[in-house]
Amino acid sequence: MTAIATPRNPAGHYRFSQAARMEWIKLRSLRSTWWTLAVTAAAATGIGIAVGLNTRNASGDLTNNALAGIAPGLLAAGVLGVLAVTSEYTFGMIRATLATIPDRRLLLTAKATVFGALALATGEATAFVAFFAGGASLRHGIPAPSLDQPGVLQAVVLSGTGFALIGLMGLGLGAIIRHTPAAIAVLVGGVYVVAQFIGGVWRTLMAYVPISIVANSMATSRNPMLSPWIGLGLLCLYAAVLLVIGGWLLIRRDA
Amino acid sequence: MIEVRGLTKHYGPVLAVDSLSFDIRPGVVTGFLGANGSGKSTTMRMMVGLDRPDAGMVRIGGRPYGELGWPLRKVGTLLEAKAFHPGRSARAHLMALAAGSGIPASRVEDVLGLVGLDGVARRRAGTFSLGMAQRLGIAAALLGDPEVLLFDEPVNGLDPEGIRWIRTLMRSFAAEGRIVFVSSHLISEMALTADRLIVIGAGRLLADTAVAELSARSVSLEDAFLELTAAGAEHGSAVRADRPGGEPPSSGPPGSGPSGRGLYPPAANGATATRHPSYPTEWTS
Repeated sequence: MTAIATPRNPAGHYRFSQAARMEWIKLRSLRSTWWTLAVTAAAATGIGIAVGLNTRNASGDLTNNALAGIAPGLLAAGVLGVLAVTSEYTFGMIRATLATIPDRRLLLTAKATVFGALALATGEATAFVAFFAGGASLRHGIPAPSLDQPGVLQAVVLSGTGFALIGLMGLGLGAIIRHTPAAIAVLVGGVYVVAQFIGGVWRTLMAYVPISIVANSMATSRNPMLSPWIGLGLLCLYAAVLLVIGGWLLIRRDA
Repeated sequence: MIEVRGLTKHYGPVLAVDSLSFDIRPGVVTGFLGANGSGKSTTMRMMVGLDRPDAGMVRIGGRPYGELGWPLRKVGTLLEAKAFHPGRSARAHLMALAAGSGIPASRVEDVLGLVGLDGVARRRAGTFSLGMAQRLGIAAALLGDPEVLLFDEPVNGLDPEGIRWIRTLMRSFAAEGRIVFVSSHLISEMALTADRLIVIGAGRLLADTAVAELSARSVSLEDAFLELTAAGAEHGSAVRADRPGGEPPSSGPPGSGPSGRGLYPPAANGATATRHPSYPTEWTS
């Protein structure tokens, strides 16, 4: 009837590498993945250029200015992370996924690794392109910031990292909430609305809000609200907590 | 062999599957028959580890699904609803599942050809008709050349040729000594496809028998099934003193039965008589 292409009852067991390859094919085979990342990178670069063109003097943090488009792009990273999980539930794909890789902890680890790597690559590329484009667009004889100035390389690299970590927070939220609109609402609420609210009411807490960590602590070459490395640690902690809760619920709940 | 033992599942206060136990043997097509909502899909979801039973277990070749080394190469599953992202092409969908199962890419082309989707493999699966979507699901089930096939309502949305094709496919798989377990609420389809039948009602086992044996109990397989479900429904609720459960309506032509008020549970009656024709519009709209 059908050709026997694979041996019956083959030995061995699926591992992380199979799960990761599956997740990578799933991620790359959706056009929305590439559209979202391309638009985000273009917008972040455009904002960096716009800020550069409108800079009148060199007194501010020119590095932070060039990276001004990173923070708005975090929303896209977060939404993409949310969708990496919730779209599986929306379309029933989760059943095919879990039938292939029943080990749910391994599956979420593979998903987070693959998505995190793509988001990190995009974030770093965006941060460097925006940094150079923003610097090149400076007028009025203002010198462009360069990577060998103190704290500049670190600010650019950490901005890209922030992009990936907000994406992983979205992925964790997606695993917890499972429904796209609700998860995106919580993401936008948590990352943006709460940030605005806290910023107005309780200034000291503002430093600990994810978007503020990226914008004011990691993407700066001077006067960060928190030490950039503490900011990085906090974002890692937030993402880890959300992923652990999401993984715990994924294991417990019916798919 | 697949062993289902004491399988029980609640959804909130609703008891969907109630201490279900049966075996599924290789070499024959085993039908899984029950009205809509009788617990067939829930049982199949628990068989492949998607839902966690409250009690009981399922072993496939002696192991729970979650402990299989290469699940897709042991068990091919088609569940009732679509299980693919509409933005992904049929080929990419199958490539992902193959990559997760250590199956070579050439096998993806094989199954695409087998289900007749090779010409549209690059198209986004969201543009597929219900019949094509169903064939993509079947392709995914066949991908690992599995020893076990679990099909939940496989003929949904298929045209008559498709229905005959899947029937022939299942019978040939069984003839090769594989395990074929197929659920349906369509008695006529079961009569044509299955050798053995597991009949459930309200989540409980009503019969585990050969098709021929069940048909012989009444004027037709349909009558025998409806008697079983009626008896099962009565057993579940209060037993009515004026009408012993399971009494066969031996007189009257087939089809006269459902008018007898109270004899058939409304769900079973509605499911077999009226629900099916509305499926295509429900699914494609």
